[in-house]
Amino acid sequence: MEKSSRRSFFKVAGISLLGISGAAPVLNSFAESQVSHTVEGSYVKNESTLQAKRWGMIINTKELSEDNVPSIIEACHKAHNVPNIDNKKHEVKWIWEEEFKHAFPTVNHDFLNERVENLKFLVFCNHCNNPPCVRACPTKATFKRDDGIVLMDFHRCIGCRFCMAACPYGSRSFNFENPRPFIEETNPLFPTRMKGVVEKCNFCAERLAVGKIPACVEAANGAIVFGDLNDPESEIRQVLKENYTIRRKPALGTGPSVYYIV
Amino acid sequence: MLETAIKGSRNYWLWLAGLAAVFCLGFLVYLNQLSFGLGITGMNRDVTWGFYIAQFTFLVGVAASAVMLVLPYYLHDYKAFGRITILGEFLAVASVSMCLFFIIVDLGQPQRILNVWLHPTPGSVLFWDTIVLNGYLLLNIVIGWKILEAERSSIAPPKWVKPLIYLSIPWAVSIHTVTAFLYCGLPGRGFWLTAILAPRFLASAFASGPAFLIVLCFIVRKLTKFDPGTVQIQTLAKIVTYGLIINVFFLLCEVFVVFYSGIPEHMEHFKYLYAGHDGHGVLVPWMWTSAALALLSIFLLINPATRKNEKILPFTCVMVFVAMWIDKGLGLVSGGFVPSPLHHFNEYVPTLKEIMITFGVYALGFIILTVLFKIAVSVKEELVS
Repeated sequence: MEKSSRRSFFKVAGISLLGISGAAPVLNSFAESQVSHTVEGSYVKNESTLQAKRWGMIINTKELSEDNVPSIIEACHKAHNVPNIDNKKHEVKWIWEEEFKHAFPTVNHDFLNERVENLKFLVFCNHCNNPPCVRACPTKATFKRDDGIVLMDFHRCIGCRFCMAACPYGSRSFNFENPRPFIEETNPLFPTRMKGVVEKCNFCAERLAVGKIPACVEAANGAIVFGDLNDPESEIRQVLKENYTIRRKPALGTGPSVYYIV
Repeated sequence: MLETAIKGSRNYWLWLAGLAAVFCLGFLVYLNQLSFGLGITGMNRDVTWGFYIAQFTFLVGVAASAVMLVLPYYLHDYKAFGRITILGEFLAVASVSMCLFFIIVDLGQPQRILNVWLHPTPGSVLFWDTIVLNGYLLLNIVIGWKILEAERSSIAPPKWVKPLIYLSIPWAVSIHTVTAFLYCGLPGRGFWLTAILAPRFLASAFASGPAFLIVLCFIVRKLTKFDPGTVQIQTLAKIVTYGLIINVFFLLCEVFVVFYSGIPEHMEHFKYLYAGHDGHGVLVPWMWTSAALALLSIFLLINPATRKNEKILPFTCVMVFVAMWIDKGLGLVSGGFVPSPLHHFNEYVPTLKEIMITFGVYALGFIILTVLFKIAVSVKEELVS
């Protein structure tokens, strides 16, 4: 029972979570999204929930600059209570910058275009179509949703870090210590984590549930396109049609849902 | 038979007390880890498995090596090993116990460990690893105990033990194979992504486990009235020889494939381990020590004069054990994480606290080993007198 209700936190857009008291933030987002309520505790999907067959993103690196990149990262980290830990070893990050040679180590070459060589790439979880982390997790604490989003259940994670060994993108962080003291301003709309669990970008599943686009997309002002990869009519597909894009380590067969316009 | 464990000499109790002290110290540090988190270790965002998992990986090999006694005895009717199979089985029990403790101390949320069984995930190799490890532990406890009990009463062991013994043979192979599969099925980790990892694990296991057992046999011979036997020790030494040679051969196969193909993601780990990278090279001296010890051991083991010399053999065995320990207990795990999939070189060095916890687990394992060997040897002594 507990399992299904926890999953429904992510799955059912309205975020029901019966019987959990003190869930004020959840209830607030409830009110906000006007979840319709039917008989005896059964809930139906919020009509404003954003839905897709397979969510994907395009990072238009041409539009990224020192002006907007920090605010994109900040928007994500603030929205998800990502701690700001100075100790590099214990650092937790959901979205961050890498140079081309690190973001695309297998594509890097000696005579790289100067602009690309110096460009900072935003990297985060690729929400792979065939996620190795999900395969590796022994407790299903990390799982792939029907809409392609790969999620973490922070309460089920035993902290074995097998998913981190499995992820070829270094997208996951582990809470080597209690992250809460390192959160400057706690966002009550998203849970904080405890020590000993793994976390990563969730494509803002909690925002999609209430009809909002991901925080990074919102902060990027067009530099990041978000949409349904399976819908030929979607904006993301139009952009993919018109631009040459690359994905990280496609040869591994993980099927990343994040594309880059270089 | 348990009572034989509490009738020991002063030295026996002193040894146990010493181990208990080390264990308690380790346990206190573990409490600190439990309250602070795994941040007390040297692990980081890039190297997410460290000393604990490396020890676990190494000890799985020591555990699997029991099969090197059981298989000749039961499948090939090599009678001489009947005398010491129990030692191999009890060594397996102690090793697998340590493996399980190492997994527990490595978890970020150990109190949730039952989630592995509450939410079984057949797609995860880790799930299967817990199955094979616990199964192997149980098999060896039951088999070892029943055989020893029968031996003590001079009767034949119950018939149902036989199928369990046969089952334990492929099962021993499975524990190390599945443990290798933890590593070698991961995309983007070039160092581990090799089909020869499981065979390599087994080869090194069949060198390190029997080598350790030989050392234990010498200790038993020295401290008790039971002599495991010269023939037995020599046969074990031959097994170590073959295991070690095959292991080195496998490693060279790996080196050939990696460097002849020239694929950077596969080469860089080897380069880092054996030559270092841009000032990062904590493991370089270790890896060369391991290689040198392995080669020297091969030389001493192949040569019948030095293999048969019982003054040299224990030292050779210690060298084999150390060589294999460095290879698996240090190089294999760290070396696979450096460089990271994003090609960053973040090195790993265990912290003092981490090492103390490791010693604590080893101490607990040695307590189990000592008590089990005490029981086995007491029964053997009764039969001798």
